[in-house]
Amino acid sequence: MRQISTQKIIEEVKKMCISSNCNLNSDIYNALKEAEKTEPSPIGCEMLRQLIENAGIAKNEQVPICQDTGLAVVFVTIGQEVHITDGSLTDAINEGVRQGYTEGYLRKSVVKDPFIRVNTGDNTPAIIHYNIVEGDKLKIEIAPKGAGSENMSKIFMLKPADGIEGAKEAVLSAVEAAGPNPCPPMIVGVGCGGNFETSALLAKKALLRPVGSHSSLEHIKEMEIELLEKINKTGIGPQGLGGRTTALAVNIETFATHIACMPIAVNISCHVTRHAVCEI
Amino acid sequence: MEIKVTAPLTKEDAAKLKVGDIVKITGTIYTARDAAHKRMIEDYGKTGRFPFNMENAVIYYAGPAPAKPGSVIGPAGPTTSYRMDSYAPFLMDHGQTGMIGKGARNGQVIDSMKKNKAVYFAATGGAAALISSHIKSAEIIAYEDLGAEAVRKLYVEDFPAIVVIDTEGNNLYETQKAKYRTL
Repeated sequence: MRQISTQKIIEEVKKMCISSNCNLNSDIYNALKEAEKTEPSPIGCEMLRQLIENAGIAKNEQVPICQDTGLAVVFVTIGQEVHITDGSLTDAINEGVRQGYTEGYLRKSVVKDPFIRVNTGDNTPAIIHYNIVEGDKLKIEIAPKGAGSENMSKIFMLKPADGIEGAKEAVLSAVEAAGPNPCPPMIVGVGCGGNFETSALLAKKALLRPVGSHSSLEHIKEMEIELLEKINKTGIGPQGLGGRTTALAVNIETFATHIACMPIAVNISCHVTRHAVCEI
Repeated sequence: MEIKVTAPLTKEDAAKLKVGDIVKITGTIYTARDAAHKRMIEDYGKTGRFPFNMENAVIYYAGPAPAKPGSVIGPAGPTTSYRMDSYAPFLMDHGQTGMIGKGARNGQVIDSMKKNKAVYFAATGGAAALISSHIKSAEIIAYEDLGAEAVRKLYVEDFPAIVVIDTEGNNLYETQKAKYRTL
């Protein structure tokens, strides 16, 4: 068994909370710069210019790109040969989030109960997804996500008869309904297959993929390309103020499903789609 | 063309603003979002008072990140406005003339804007670090226990925004989307 101390995990999680909130990943930054060159709408272009300038300020001053520094979503891939020492892994991740959000001057956006809405004061608990694999490595991915775009996400329990065309229509309808609300240009994460909760998790995982990457499955890659084209013809544009840059990417993940099922989950994300990774 | 707007905003000045106007707002505005709206309206029901003068008030739907030492305020971009739709008409009926946020509004809000001569501005969602540089002072004046959602009195200079719905109900989101739609 390889031993990994919770102290190391706390430190890494803390660092990633801060870095992912203050530094816009280069794939998105470059996509915004490219879009600015081709965006035909003058207002849309000005919005893209502001987002690029804002990312520069955030990076230089090490302040959050957006005030909504999100729920801390954490994906943990743990090798079955790893033994965590000095306490619980979940507690360590939450402690890293607590320290990162406090020391990094990030906003605490978590309330303890959906109805009795009292702020927990330290942005915990994190939303943690565990995956156990072979080996002796521990991979932690952090994807803090704001609520403006999260609130625009949807699940469709389609019928197998609806087919791939039905799935495309569903994704497009979610984007159209979101309109200006999720701070376009968006990143659209789509989960197809599995069951109710698996499709949603796949959609979230799809957001971890870099802008410009594609599914290794040919029919899914085609779907990604076609949907991105269609979404950018809706006219919604940057900030919903009109234009051709409504989304920077459509990332689709799939999984096996039931003979009666075709769940399609759409997790909409904003232009500040955050992602940091570490492997211990 | 860039238009200077002074806050508080009179109904007369609000009525002069037209959809699509690029504005720079200077003056005193107040932050309030979900929980603060709920509490302001509940408190008004009990006391007959708001935590600030609602007459000609401009409310910024925002919950800033904490300020680093030496900063006036942390990053403070707009939050999505539709969550305040159920509260906004009541506040406009009591004098509010300006809302700053992002995203679509419902029919009741737009009807109330027309009736009360109020205007809805969009600030750039996610451009929070850039926007904060236009906030020159910030002070919590109510509901400190709400943290980021507390009501803050801000003094802003040349705060960048766009008129997205004007006092006649013209809606920039709809006209611009139609203009660039090729589906």
